[in-house]
Amino acid sequence: MLSPILFVIIAAAGIGLFARKVGKIRRNIFLGQPLQRSDRTAARWATMARVAMGQSKMVTRPVAGFFHILIYVGFVLINLEVLEIILDGVSGNHRLFKPLLGDFYYFLISFFEVLGVGVILACIVFLWRRNVQPLARFKGPELTGWPRLDANLILLIELVLMSALFGMNIAEANMPEQGGYLVSNLLAPLFGGMSPEALHLTERICWWLHIIGIFAFLNYLPYSKHFHIILAFPNTWYAQLEPAGQFSNMESVKKEVELMMDPNANPYAATDPEATPARFGAKDVMDLPWKSLLDAYSCTECGRCTSVCPANQTGKLLSPRKVMMDTRDRLEEVGKNIDKNGSFIDDGKALLGDYITAEEALACTTCNACVEACPVLINPVSILTELRRYQAMEASQVPSEWALMFGNIENNGAPWQFPAADRLGWADNLEVKTSNPSA
Amino acid sequence: MSATKILHINTMAELMAKGEQAEILFWVGCAGSFDDRAKKITKAVAAILDQVGIRFAVLGTEESCTGDPAKRAGNEFLFQMQAMQNIQVMNMYEVKKIVTACPHCFNTLKNEYPGLGGDYEVVHHATLLQQLINEGRLRVADGGPFKGKRITFHDSCYLGRANGIYEAPRQLLEALDVELVEMKRSKTNGLCCGAGGAQMFKEAEKGTKEVNIERIEDALEVQPSVVAAACPFCMTMLSDGVKQKERENEIKVYDLAELIAQANGLID
Ligand code: SF4
Ligand code: SF4
Repeated sequence: MLSPILFVIIAAAGIGLFARKVGKIRRNIFLGQPLQRSDRTAARWATMARVAMGQSKMVTRPVAGFFHILIYVGFVLINLEVLEIILDGVSGNHRLFKPLLGDFYYFLISFFEVLGVGVILACIVFLWRRNVQPLARFKGPELTGWPRLDANLILLIELVLMSALFGMNIAEANMPEQGGYLVSNLLAPLFGGMSPEALHLTERICWWLHIIGIFAFLNYLPYSKHFHIILAFPNTWYAQLEPAGQFSNMESVKKEVELMMDPNANPYAATDPEATPARFGAKDVMDLPWKSLLDAYSCTECGRCTSVCPANQTGKLLSPRKVMMDTRDRLEEVGKNIDKNGSFIDDGKALLGDYITAEEALACTTCNACVEACPVLINPVSILTELRRYQAMEASQVPSEWALMFGNIENNGAPWQFPAADRLGWADNLEVKTSNPSA
Repeated sequence: MSATKILHINTMAELMAKGEQAEILFWVGCAGSFDDRAKKITKAVAAILDQVGIRFAVLGTEESCTGDPAKRAGNEFLFQMQAMQNIQVMNMYEVKKIVTACPHCFNTLKNEYPGLGGDYEVVHHATLLQQLINEGRLRVADGGPFKGKRITFHDSCYLGRANGIYEAPRQLLEALDVELVEMKRSKTNGLCCGAGGAQMFKEAEKGTKEVNIERIEDALEVQPSVVAAACPFCMTMLSDGVKQKERENEIKVYDLAELIAQANGLID
């Protein structure tokens, strides 16, 4: 009787704590500026199905894609078994579905075991690719310390969870009244010489280890890059559907420009406090659109973006992965500030300057290679653009060549200093040949 | 042996005064109007449109920067001022369709102007030329000077990833019967030339290499005789890259329109 009560307490605490943290993350994300991303729902479902469920961007790198799908499929399907484990835990039963499903149960658990082998294999390959022969994208200045430890911890936790599952099944494979499944039967000799009591104890220890591990894992997620296993879904759903080259037209600027261009416009229309943001562009995380903040929490720190970034690949400071990690770190800091003070109290820091430098933001060519590469449709360019907007329109801190370029556009309608009157100069005496060899 | 003629370029204002309308507005862009190398691309496009018999016109002195470099540099005010001004002019002429040889102008006009009141059908010249070939209106001389030549195509970011146009440029090259070779980074993986995002207008940040050098090395690897581009800014970056590698005698950088115009004997 004790164990169901204990189980319910652990489960309630595990789920409750997780829900609390998720609530805070949600609050943090909505510190961001409004952005309409709920239109064209059919296209959004389709994108999510293709990119998040179908892993379409992962397979462009076949090795990583293959092993990632092993873990992904294994994780999703094996978790169906967690349903049974929870019901068992609450009711004090053991393998509740076994009598109900009969032979199919044997097939199902055997299938999960095969998937489990795949997960273990993939975790080992991934640990290898991070530690023994690290890929270029798993190095880099932003991937030391905690982010590096985090990536390894997740893989180790997955290994522990899978081992517990197998420990449980292998122990049962040695119990005549229970019996094992496809893989655990093969591995049964591992626990060969054990007494029935020892087997039973091993099975119980593994059972508890597995279920406590799952709740621990759940609560670790929101602190980890591994949160992407949940956020990949909303993040792809809310992704930009317009062509990648289309940057937002700032509504606040539209109002001011209309006023300047149209003498008949109502000057009071622009003073609507709702419509006027605190500032143009972004200096800190709350100035960014909320989707950029969701992006930050969804980042898996995989570095695909940075590995294709022309600025990064030619030695500039800019790394789109670091942009995402910085945004998340700053947002977490702002969130803690709010937790402590009730509302945000200025801490003298900001995303621009203290996390991402102007030099980094300036180096972006807006080539969209990072956007194209990201497996969960994150857009680092929109953050960099908002920072540039702040620099150009609020701080008036742009490179002198850009200031000159702005001046030229304003004065003669071209980024260079050519008189507008010469714009048709190319057409003066335009001599072309008339012969057409195919005619 | 070949005859020449002086091509008169109509402005929208001229046509309007005559009570006529253009089939399509040729948006020349700042590079196409002022940059000496890009002006040759402009001429090639005009020559092809003329050869095909498309009734086109330009805005001439009434055209102004789309505002793209200002927008990418963060100056949204200046961008929207430019956009409003251009939209006023184009709406006044009741412009329906625009062709441009600049992917940056193309992207801005096509994607960012509609939200500010400028709704037009906008095509990049690669797409237009490919359509004209498909429709049989533009014939590409077979056995032209590029037949069998090794040519690689550099995807412009604002044509490729920004707007998903990868095939039209390649189909044009196939129409020229060239040996199309792809660089290791091409199409969705294409590497930027380094000019976008208003980088063209300032020094690069401190690094170990210029982006255009990194890119031209990709091109040199496939040993082309021509690097084909579809953007006046890529043109500058790639030409500079070839020069810095001291290969300008064997490797030429041409815009797609120049290749077609040359094949058809319209320009040298
Ligand atoms: S868009 Fe900017 S950050 Fe992204 S890959 Fe290109 S240069 Fe790098
Ligand atoms: S932004 Fe996307 S590609 Fe870049 S590290 Fe994060 S998940 Fe990977």
